[in-house]
Amino acid sequence: MNGEVRVSGVEFAYPDGRTALRGLDLSIADGERVALLGPNGAGKTTFALHLNGILRARSGEIWVGGLKLTEPNLAEIRRRVGLVFQDSNDQLFMPSVREDVAFGPANLGLVGEDLDGRVVAALKAVDGLEFVDRPPHHLSGGEKRRAALATVLAMEPAVLVFDEPSAGLDPAGRRQLIDLLRRLSMTQVLITHDMALALDLCPRAVIVSDGKVVASGETGAILSDAALLARYRLEFPHAPSQGTHLHPHPN
Amino acid sequence: MTLAMHAPDGFLNAPTALVAAIVSVVVVGLALRHSEEQLADRAIPLAGITAAFIFAAQMFNFPVAAGTTGHLLGGALAAILLGPSVGVVVVTIVVVVQAFVFADGGITALGYNILNMAIVPAYGGYAAFRLFRKMFPASPGGVVGASGLAAWSSVVLSAMAFSIEWLFGASAPVAFDDVFSAMVGVHLLVGIGEGLISALAVGAVLAARPDLIYGARDLDPVQLTDRRQMRTRTFVLGGLLVSLVFAGVVSQFAFDDPDGLDSVAEESGFAASGREHVLADSPFADYATAGIDNERVSLAVAGVVGTLVTIAVGAGILLAIRDRRGRDPATV
Amino acid sequence: MTDADATRQRSDLGAGHTHALYIHEHSRLHDVAPEVKIVAALGFVISVAITPRRAILAFGLYALVVLALALWSRVPVRFLALRLTAVLPFIAFAVVIPFVASGTQTEILGMQVSVEGLWGSWNIMVKALLGASVSILLTATTEIPEIIRGLGLLKVPATFTGIATFMIRYLELITDELSRVRVAMTSRGYDPRWLHQTRPIATSAGAMFVRSYERGERVHAAMLARGFDGEMPDFGKRRGTRWEWVGVVTMVGALSSIAVVALVST
Repeated sequence: MNGEVRVSGVEFAYPDGRTALRGLDLSIADGERVALLGPNGAGKTTFALHLNGILRARSGEIWVGGLKLTEPNLAEIRRRVGLVFQDSNDQLFMPSVREDVAFGPANLGLVGEDLDGRVVAALKAVDGLEFVDRPPHHLSGGEKRRAALATVLAMEPAVLVFDEPSAGLDPAGRRQLIDLLRRLSMTQVLITHDMALALDLCPRAVIVSDGKVVASGETGAILSDAALLARYRLEFPHAPSQGTHLHPHPN
Repeated sequence: MTLAMHAPDGFLNAPTALVAAIVSVVVVGLALRHSEEQLADRAIPLAGITAAFIFAAQMFNFPVAAGTTGHLLGGALAAILLGPSVGVVVVTIVVVVQAFVFADGGITALGYNILNMAIVPAYGGYAAFRLFRKMFPASPGGVVGASGLAAWSSVVLSAMAFSIEWLFGASAPVAFDDVFSAMVGVHLLVGIGEGLISALAVGAVLAARPDLIYGARDLDPVQLTDRRQMRTRTFVLGGLLVSLVFAGVVSQFAFDDPDGLDSVAEESGFAASGREHVLADSPFADYATAGIDNERVSLAVAGVVGTLVTIAVGAGILLAIRDRRGRDPATV
Repeated sequence: MTDADATRQRSDLGAGHTHALYIHEHSRLHDVAPEVKIVAALGFVISVAITPRRAILAFGLYALVVLALALWSRVPVRFLALRLTAVLPFIAFAVVIPFVASGTQTEILGMQVSVEGLWGSWNIMVKALLGASVSILLTATTEIPEIIRGLGLLKVPATFTGIATFMIRYLELITDELSRVRVAMTSRGYDPRWLHQTRPIATSAGAMFVRSYERGERVHAAMLARGFDGEMPDFGKRRGTRWEWVGVVTMVGALSSIAVVALVST
């Protein structure tokens, strides 16, 4: 399944008049991992909602795996593009994790053993089989994040869009998620403020500001350009400099 | 003391419970049909989350007088925010789940519990809301004022409805007069809390997302910016008018004649042998309402009150139907 | 008990911890299909409701059945008693009735009470307690989403059960948020004792409604993103077997015969 994404000239304004996207252009190759950076309000989440047709642009085109996003193609586009939301609670709306993960494939028409197989496979991919029968409000933040990812993986998408993957996770949970994402082979668009994650996972980074792409390039290069980052309210956290020592406590 | 709410099994007799159940099923069924058009598939999560909000809000107790607390009913608020039909469905679901899942309210009592907590407050409250909207200016202040008064009215209507049901189906010989004055009296106070909370809540939503309020969808952006507070005088006059009407009804029971009670009771045949009352064949057989004369007054008042509640609910249903057909929402 | 604890407890009494209503045991009763149990509960409660109050023997039999079901389902009697405190306010009202009711008076412990009132009081108490016990047993042996699914199988419209499902799912989230708001306020010294002081809570409730509504819009978006087309998919769960239905029909039949016999003989 081809996960190539081509976006050209997408414009979008909210009903209250606020323009969120002003001619956004972006091309992503199949299997590529791209970090989407940018200040708050830049339009990153709005853009993500366009990729699976939840929001519809007033002009411009979106192509996923060679298929153009149009009204009749919506169902197929939504199968190809999996979106993991910022707030996992918005995505875990069924009484149990099992039903949540099964929701997507069930809508695609799977039943019985095929359905169960998909559920198990998706949960295995996120190391989540242990909480399969738990209600979502009994999961920890990290578990919810992984469960939400499983609900999307169960659709077997070609493109994965992840809005703030590491937000709110403890260091171990974050590491777990990074390893998980590294194992997945589909095209990935990671919207994030976590610069270290971007550097770790994504060969390419794109900066979005004021509804347009303003920079695109190799992640290391982008993140070491402090002036560029500062212009868009970004910064890369520094590692401790040489010469600082950790003194053991006197007791 | 909010006894009308979440009544358990056996609180009203079986025939009353059955009739109430049939009425509720029919009315809620109609409301559901209306709602399905309004909601389509899109707002089922919306309605569900709102139901959760109302459920949660109901758990909030507020003191109204020393020793008495009330809790939010939410029917009028639901109708104003979501529209009367969706409001009825949402609160019904709250009541049903509370009965089946939390044993809060008997399962056989669902008929009249839904009637009192969902149908009467939502439709009756909506009718009151539209009435007050007509009286008040078309501005956010007007909507807030109307919401408050409508919510208060909905609580009193609910108490009245319960009293009428008690008249027909009481499981114990406590006089209609007593139940009526106690229920309505208390709920005149409790309703103030409901009114205040509803008004403030609507105000908060108006400030953030006015487009979400069904009852304010007629306001255009210009009217929405009319930050004038609704003139206190208008609000107070409206409140006064309503309280006068209600108080007038309640004051019928203000005078009691306990001594007269005993002598008349003996006259009417309540000898030590416990013979049946002369009105043994009437629906009011089990009540010794002070005596023949007072009983006539009781019946008359019951009639007026029953009519009032029915008109309010009927008006609400009619308005809901007319809204569907696209008429201007601010005209009654 | 701190204010935060009090707030927590209040929300716990309601929906705060819905799993506390369900007793995790593995009895045969737990395994029975939900729609079957709902019909059983309904039949039981209706039989109780139509039984005339003077048929004390009948109520004794009902109580025995409740006890038997409790034992069979391994629901601890202490739990049942605890949950029954929910009907306490109505019991309190019922206790008062003999003193305010009219009719022939008799004397008990030196106090004048109405005979009719005593019967009325008994009527309310016994039916409220039996009815509540049945509901409690139902929820103790059936998880809430299953109850909703059972209602759906009993022809309750899909819109209705759909709304109920989402309500249950998000209830705990919302009560948590509401209690957090209260905790935040009380930790800043806010202590409402009277109605006129509840303004901040009411306005934050309004803000909560907006947030809840917007969450609803996002959830709908999430459903669309996973292929939702308006109809909830069928997950193929187990339905009631023939024997379960036979058992329930027998039980309800027996209970309603008791009620009918009681009705006819008084």
